[in-house]
Amino acid sequence: MRPIRSRLAISLTVFGGLLLAALIVAPVVGSTSISLLRVFDRSVPFADNLDAQIFFIARLPRVVAAALVGAALAAAGVVFQALLRNPLATPDTLGVSSGAALGAMLAITFHLDFRIAGLPAIPLASFAGSLFALAVVYALATGRRRGLSTTVLLLAGVTMTGFLSALTMFTQYLANFTDTFRTVRWLMGMLDVGSYEPIVVVLPMLVVAFAMFATLPRALDLISLGADAAAARGVNVPRAERMALLSASLATGAAVSISGPIAFVGLVVPHLVRLFVGSDHRLVLPAAALFGAVFLIACDLVARAAFAPIELPVGIITAVIGGPFFLWLLVRSSR
Amino acid sequence: MLRASGVSFAYGRARKGRASDPPAAAAAHLRSAVVLDDVCLNVDRGELVGILGPNGSGKTTLLKLLGGMHRPTAGSVTLDDRPLAEWSHREIARRIAFVPQETIAPFDFSVLDIVLMGRFPHLGAFALEGPEDLAIARRALQATGTAPFEGRAFSTLSGGEKQRVVIASALAQDPQLLLLDEPTASLDIGHQIEVQKLLQQLNADQGVTMLLSTHDLNLAAALCRRLVLLKDGRVLASGPTEQVLTPPAIRALYGVDADIARHPATGHLTVVPIGRA
Repeated sequence: MRPIRSRLAISLTVFGGLLLAALIVAPVVGSTSISLLRVFDRSVPFADNLDAQIFFIARLPRVVAAALVGAALAAAGVVFQALLRNPLATPDTLGVSSGAALGAMLAITFHLDFRIAGLPAIPLASFAGSLFALAVVYALATGRRRGLSTTVLLLAGVTMTGFLSALTMFTQYLANFTDTFRTVRWLMGMLDVGSYEPIVVVLPMLVVAFAMFATLPRALDLISLGADAAAARGVNVPRAERMALLSASLATGAAVSISGPIAFVGLVVPHLVRLFVGSDHRLVLPAAALFGAVFLIACDLVARAAFAPIELPVGIITAVIGGPFFLWLLVRSSR
Repeated sequence: MLRASGVSFAYGRARKGRASDPPAAAAAHLRSAVVLDDVCLNVDRGELVGILGPNGSGKTTLLKLLGGMHRPTAGSVTLDDRPLAEWSHREIARRIAFVPQETIAPFDFSVLDIVLMGRFPHLGAFALEGPEDLAIARRALQATGTAPFEGRAFSTLSGGEKQRVVIASALAQDPQLLLLDEPTASLDIGHQIEVQKLLQQLNADQGVTMLLSTHDLNLAAALCRRLVLLKDGRVLASGPTEQVLTPPAIRALYGVDADIARHPATGHLTVVPIGRA
């Protein structure tokens, strides 16, 4: 086996290269065909360069949104799985995205319009929602001090999802027609952000979340073997667990406030990535973030192109891929 | 080197009970949560000490207190005469390693991955293992006879192999003291002998101090020069194996009549349980 240093360099290069390619290719695809040569042609001023305008103004925001949401959900999935010592734990299966969606819905329906430290109400409410849902599941999982079986964990997740979705529906029922239209994305998951603005407002949350993720990988390796084993190796377990909970909720909350809950990204991506880089979280976490971005860009491309000119919500595509994948994992892990 | 003085421990919040509780109920409630009660124990450099006691006597909890994984509710644990509470997690882990009863890996870590995790307390927050760490890990694999399967997935190993790999991981911590929680539980006699030989060797050749808990009286007799008998969270007796391992002590500890004799071929005591006292 190669030393960790070179494995990390290789996986960052490969997955980083894939992301770069996806970011350049994806905006080219669309109903109006544009040429990459003309997009990056510096001799034509931007105001006259229609191809560049389509690329940078009409299409790139959506691609960037897909990249950020995919990266955040996939990385959060990795953290959940290590923290709960269960490969089937994800923001969706635990009801954390439902919590985030409920938070966003409440903020819209009740016209919450405050800012804390420059962050608007919707992302904050969705962070609060995801933190709440995760805290409940985590309290259940650690209350018995032995970790939860897959069965109990998934049942708890299903219950949380059902409970929170009911509240979301109820909120939807209370909303007036305009608000209902605005809340559709929190029911289905959509990436048509329209401009860079919705991305920029949650960027601080994502930056903080990823900075916190960066401190976690080795502690996650050890925590996945058990809290006592990790403590015996010198991990400050309570602090690492708090960091993990907070950062994963931040990432989920930020992602959901951009796009609504997009199912299964946090499940499919970490598992695919582990096939290539193994289980070391110092490799899995950055690779999952990069590949999560690529994965969601690709899914969104399919969502835009499959039934063009109709654009499907990307959540449908990820669910169609992720649902069967999840069942396959469940069968394999219960064997 | 490691000293526990008057250590007590109760799980959960040390609830005082409410004033309205009848005194008997409050006392029972307190008692049920108390796992260790005023335990004193001392391990010197180079020793190999065993902790014996029935299920639920507090052996595992005691090991976790001594390893700094839990903090005692009363009393103190000192390492080299300095309270454990004053050491950082990493500082403790550079001196004391812990081998749990069972290790389950939910992800497919390789054997080498698991052993390299032992280097955690020696590395900075963002440092990656270098060639030196790899060399230390390989030595630990050699020492435990697990080098042949360093590339295999940990989850595919047998119980005995897993236990040896986890011991290798603990050795990669380069500890002065090894705490082992029932290291041979759930192993067949072949693997039991293997682990026993390994521990003996590490103690004799590399001078690793060890404190282990076990239900296997014959293992304790063969391996440990000193024993601590623990019952209901209290120390029943402690001292040299020859003096402590007696029929009355076994009766007091487990409620079992046992025949204890020196085994001619191995030269250590053997315990044959006869029946409930």
